[in-house]
Amino acid sequence: MTAAAPATDPRPSGEHPAEGPKGFVAAFVEAIVEGSSTTVTVLAVVAAIVIGGILIAFSDPHVLGKMGHFFSAPGAALGAAWDSASAAYSAMFRGAIVNFHTVSAASRGGSVTAVFNPISETIVNATPLIFAGLAVMLPFRAGLFNIGATGQFIGGAIVAGYLGFAVSLPPFIHVVVAVAGGFAGGAAVGWFVGFLRARTGANEVIVTIMLNYVAEYFLLYVLGTSPFRRPGRSDPITPFMHGTARLPHLAGASLRINAGILVALAAAAAVSWLLKRSTLGFEIRAVGANARAARGAGMNVERGYILVMLIAGGLAGLAAASVVLGTNYTVDPQIYGTYGIDAITIALLGRGTPLGVVLASLLYGALHAGGVTMVAATQTPIEIVTVIQSVIVLFVAAPPLVRALFRLRTPKQAEAVPLLAAPAVVTEP
Amino acid sequence: MVTDTGGIDDRSFNASSYQGLKDAAASDPAIVPSYVPSTTESDYTPNINSLVQKGCGIIVTVGFLMGDATQAAAKANPNQKFAIVDYNYSPPLPNVLGLIFNTAQAGFLGGYLAAGMTKTGTVATFGGQKLPTVTVYMDGFYDGVQYYNSQHGKHVKVLGWNEATQNGTFTGDFTDQSKGKSDTLAFIQQGADIIFPVAGNVGLGAAAAAQQNGNGVHLLWVDTDGCVSAPQYCSLFYSSVVKGISVAVAKAATDAAKGSFTGGNYVGTLANNGVGLAPYAKDVPQSLQTELATVKQGIISGSIKVASPSAPASS
Repeated sequence: MTAAAPATDPRPSGEHPAEGPKGFVAAFVEAIVEGSSTTVTVLAVVAAIVIGGILIAFSDPHVLGKMGHFFSAPGAALGAAWDSASAAYSAMFRGAIVNFHTVSAASRGGSVTAVFNPISETIVNATPLIFAGLAVMLPFRAGLFNIGATGQFIGGAIVAGYLGFAVSLPPFIHVVVAVAGGFAGGAAVGWFVGFLRARTGANEVIVTIMLNYVAEYFLLYVLGTSPFRRPGRSDPITPFMHGTARLPHLAGASLRINAGILVALAAAAAVSWLLKRSTLGFEIRAVGANARAARGAGMNVERGYILVMLIAGGLAGLAAASVVLGTNYTVDPQIYGTYGIDAITIALLGRGTPLGVVLASLLYGALHAGGVTMVAATQTPIEIVTVIQSVIVLFVAAPPLVRALFRLRTPKQAEAVPLLAAPAVVTEP
Repeated sequence: MVTDTGGIDDRSFNASSYQGLKDAAASDPAIVPSYVPSTTESDYTPNINSLVQKGCGIIVTVGFLMGDATQAAAKANPNQKFAIVDYNYSPPLPNVLGLIFNTAQAGFLGGYLAAGMTKTGTVATFGGQKLPTVTVYMDGFYDGVQYYNSQHGKHVKVLGWNEATQNGTFTGDFTDQSKGKSDTLAFIQQGADIIFPVAGNVGLGAAAAAQQNGNGVHLLWVDTDGCVSAPQYCSLFYSSVVKGISVAVAKAATDAAKGSFTGGNYVGTLANNGVGLAPYAKDVPQSLQTELATVKQGIISGSIKVASPSAPASS
């Protein structure tokens, strides 16, 4: 998103004292995006992987045993540490990209689908993250911090799930209706946030966080009501989705990859188009850059907030649809997982662009898919994956640290990308 | 082994299952145990698949909630052996051994013990989630208290569960100890002095509440012997309602290693020592221990009926 429109050109940082005190959140996001270039992001990933490797080595009891004799046999200790980290990372690679054993087996007439299973798992893990990441990224551009992807996801899961198991429709139509229902369910929750923000000035950070709790308990309640109960089960879980409501597999039933990824890429393209080419996108960026100026230019800021949150909620709802209709085929009380939280870091890592969100989601998807294989193969704690993700974000958030680490020059101001403007402090008109 | 969302250190059924694998490994060096943790229910399928691809001798899946995922994996990989704790299939699958436990019987003894020990005349139980494998304990507990009342002409009240309506108190998950603590404090305020948490790690919150409250509030631990799995609270436990998961898992793993594995169902009962009570605390009087032994024989012989809609059919 380097092609900045005129409205986003004025440097938001500190140049508009009239805008009032900068919110902490706005300052935080700004610091992240302003300071980081693609180089910094890539180097942050590299640094995180190195740190993760060190942690893997030190979480391995075998290595710790060798470390006890570090001063008498440093070679053995470092060798064991290297073996431990490289075994874990190569297992992660096998689980996320390709396992060469399956390739050679396939060349001798073995299963071809096994070769593509790691890639399929990476994409399956990335799909809901792309939607959820977009759901956080888009409001960023309008100066809104959407912590509520979890709640919007739940809204989508309830509607998409209900349409998936309770309604009978012809094959193609059913899945389209259920996916659209997911969008509508999430959009309803998002709209509510935007409405409160626009009409009452309620802080969307607090509203979305609180709505997450409301949604989580509402989900638990809904799953306990009789229309959502699976016959024969007393625990809260829905019946299975009808076959007609499931997102079709792209490469046979044995690989989990499904049409959800196509919808996700289409959504990313649509968001990109929306921001770059549409009037609404221009307004969103204008509101994000300077709400007061946008209002002065005759834009309807309130309408912008509502529309942005509505679309963002819908995107989070699509994330739910991709999980409920694409992989799980049922709704359980923990269906929302950590997508809503991961989405925030993905939006930051993706530097506020749809393409960045897709790439960051693929990275996270690969880390998740590879992490499972890593645990199964080497018993490295799965928490390492979370640590690597967190360290990436930490480095992205602290570009000077990465520059110092890799001895980079401070970038020229022009390279920085304005993403979030000074605080959208809405003054009553 | 694939853990449930409670994690490997839940001091409850995930820990017991893994202990079973470690016990099997100790007796047979050919067995190398490993596990993959699940953080949400969406992890079940990829976790099981990762172990299928690793080529494990037997894959143990832990918990009722993994029933669907295990069934799908077992059908897709007919040569892979599975054992699942707390679930059974009807008809049984040839490559899956369901390990289920009639914990209503042990819960009954726990209820009888609690009713015999309470000073306030009120005892309480709560669950993690409303799953049959949880409510079966609560049914047994409830029945045990009622049986004590009918035998002794007492009116000990049970809070947190009503067998007739099948409704009661649930914290919502098996991880959030703060909810266990707040529910327990609420029970204590209503006069309960013995709490029976059926919620894995959440029970630690109940123990913290009981300890904080002092005043002679005691607990019955669930699934494992609390004095072994949560020794810091041992002085609070009159006993534990134990489910012999580790023994059953160890046997399944050893059988799989020897090649004598057969699918089907195993039902742990009082009769085969698959369920029972852990050793009593020293303040449980001898007379009550003798009564409990009689009740146990009564359940085994069938003269005392333990009815629970969630109890597994007999083996």
